[in-house]
Amino acid sequence: MGILEVKNVNKRFGGLQALGDVNLSVQENSVHAIIGPNGAGKSTLLNVLIGKLIPDTGSVMFDGQSVLGRKPYEICQMGISRVFQTPEIFGELSVLENMMIPIFAKRDGAFRMHAIENSSNEKTIIEQAEHMLESLNMADQRHDNSASMSRGNKRRLEIGMCLSQNPRLLLLDEPTAGMARADTNNTIDLLKQISDERDITIAIIEHDMHVVFSLAQRITVLAQGTPLVEDTPDNIKGHPKVREAYLGESA
Amino acid sequence: MLGLTKKDFNLLLIVVALALLAPFILNPFPSSSGMAQFNAGYPDLMQKFVIFGIFAIGFNILFGLTGYLSFGHAAFLGVGSYSCVWMFKLLGYNVLPGILLSVLTSGIFAYLIGIVSLRRSGIYFSILTLAFAQMSFALAYSVLSNPKFNLTNGETGLQVYADDPQIFHSASAPDLPHLFGLSMRATEKLQIGGWEFQFNAGYYLCAIIMIVMFYLSIRIFRSPFGMMLRAIKSNNTRMNYTGLNARPYTLAAFVISGMYAGLAGGLLSAMDPLAGAERMQWTASGEVVLMTILGGAGTLIGPVLGSGLIKYFENIFSKINSTVLHNWFSFLPDGLEDLMVTLIYPFVGKGWHLTLGVMFMLIVIFLPGGLVEGGQRIKRLFTRKKASDTAEDETAKSTTPAE
Repeated sequence: MGILEVKNVNKRFGGLQALGDVNLSVQENSVHAIIGPNGAGKSTLLNVLIGKLIPDTGSVMFDGQSVLGRKPYEICQMGISRVFQTPEIFGELSVLENMMIPIFAKRDGAFRMHAIENSSNEKTIIEQAEHMLESLNMADQRHDNSASMSRGNKRRLEIGMCLSQNPRLLLLDEPTAGMARADTNNTIDLLKQISDERDITIAIIEHDMHVVFSLAQRITVLAQGTPLVEDTPDNIKGHPKVREAYLGESA
Repeated sequence: MLGLTKKDFNLLLIVVALALLAPFILNPFPSSSGMAQFNAGYPDLMQKFVIFGIFAIGFNILFGLTGYLSFGHAAFLGVGSYSCVWMFKLLGYNVLPGILLSVLTSGIFAYLIGIVSLRRSGIYFSILTLAFAQMSFALAYSVLSNPKFNLTNGETGLQVYADDPQIFHSASAPDLPHLFGLSMRATEKLQIGGWEFQFNAGYYLCAIIMIVMFYLSIRIFRSPFGMMLRAIKSNNTRMNYTGLNARPYTLAAFVISGMYAGLAGGLLSAMDPLAGAERMQWTASGEVVLMTILGGAGTLIGPVLGSGLIKYFENIFSKINSTVLHNWFSFLPDGLEDLMVTLIYPFVGKGWHLTLGVMFMLIVIFLPGGLVEGGQRIKRLFTRKKASDTAEDETAKSTTPAE
């Protein structure tokens, strides 16, 4: 049993079969990549995993519990964190405040009326946030406005915000899309470091093969809404079906 | 001090000084001089300054922090007013139970409206709150004032009649709103030279409550709760995927700001025991939006400045009539005098809204951060002149926290 089990998931949008009989098992503490050409259903699958879409049939179990029909914040409280294609951070808040919010959420749950205590008196929260920023090499920027950072740094901060909650599963949606090469490599290094140092499962949806082959231990290839193959990176590279899906039959 | 940082404490001290010294500050011209009509230091207007200050401070907790623009806050103001007058009718003229009940009922009202309205965000939320406020207005104006069940007394407005129970009313207590015997209309007058300063009991009650409410709003702004509210405004998606449920946070902010509005409504009735339905009309809701944006939404002191400015214009500009204008321009040749009066007349007197509109446009276009941003720019201009090398440091500091 993997930590995330997707069974017989089907999703139809009108006449389009976006997902057809998807079965997927992500093993605990592994890095699992989902690749596929445009329109293969990667984003639909991700949206099913985080509760944004409810599939027509099938089940999605995280650690023995169904995630279907739960609200995004409930799924997050279960231990699934999500990193978005465009970094989603609190742009009007400082870097330190960005880091404090997930730590508050981890400590206090989905809602706590906490209106009189001064946030600068929350010493343990601030310490944890600063510690996290140091490990990301962002301690110098802690009073900066987060909206004015580079895309690579925003991505770094977003991943750090997710990690500060000690999630068991980290979902990444094209984490290096639209990034400069240097930022891409930094992100790869960061993700490698995370999977080495922590007990964490990483599921990653990616276009960039460089990223996929430097990170993943298992790869699932999705085409036209159905998984074609699931294997190790080395076997995927030369797989005829994969070449066909990406390059067309004649290739 | 008081759990505030030095900067916030200084801000609080400024507000305390402004509120307590208002009778002096707002009375800069001797009463015999021609400029005396620009004096705003009389009890009636000063009370309005601080009461609408409370209203705007509360509105800013919702709009400034979460970005949810409510167009129905006047409903809570009205509910507060009616509650307070009902306490006068039933219990007697002591203002304390009235003010407490107005906060309570407006809180309940805000909770019910908030639960429904906060299911939507953005423009849909604004429209929902507007719809609720107009429904409340219609209820107060006609539906709830039939002979069988007269809660609001319709067009006339709710007021105290001689045959009302007033069970705690004693013969020794004044026959007007009072606080344990101290009449809200009690006014001490101080003559210094040509100036006359008025110290009114009702004003000082309102001012002290405003100071406490301002302090409370600083605490809310600086608390983890306030941080969450700013996070909702900044990025609701990230909020959800961080494991936080935004709905109860916004609902709490909505109820708190509704209670501020109710308190302001209660105080309006405590100063003048008459509550009319027009307090709930959408123009009143729009006014508090203007006050907050004019002063600077999301800043601490902005709403206080904005409400002061609008109330000043409403009461002072509207009093300038053509006779006053002719007096001003009498030094000019006749034809020119008439021309000037014709040009300026549409903007004063009954046309003061025109001036307000022009001012609002100018501020929104050139100072999106409101009066507070204007103040910051002036301050920056001076610091840059003094020491140009530290100026950059100053600007970096002033952009980070929302003051």
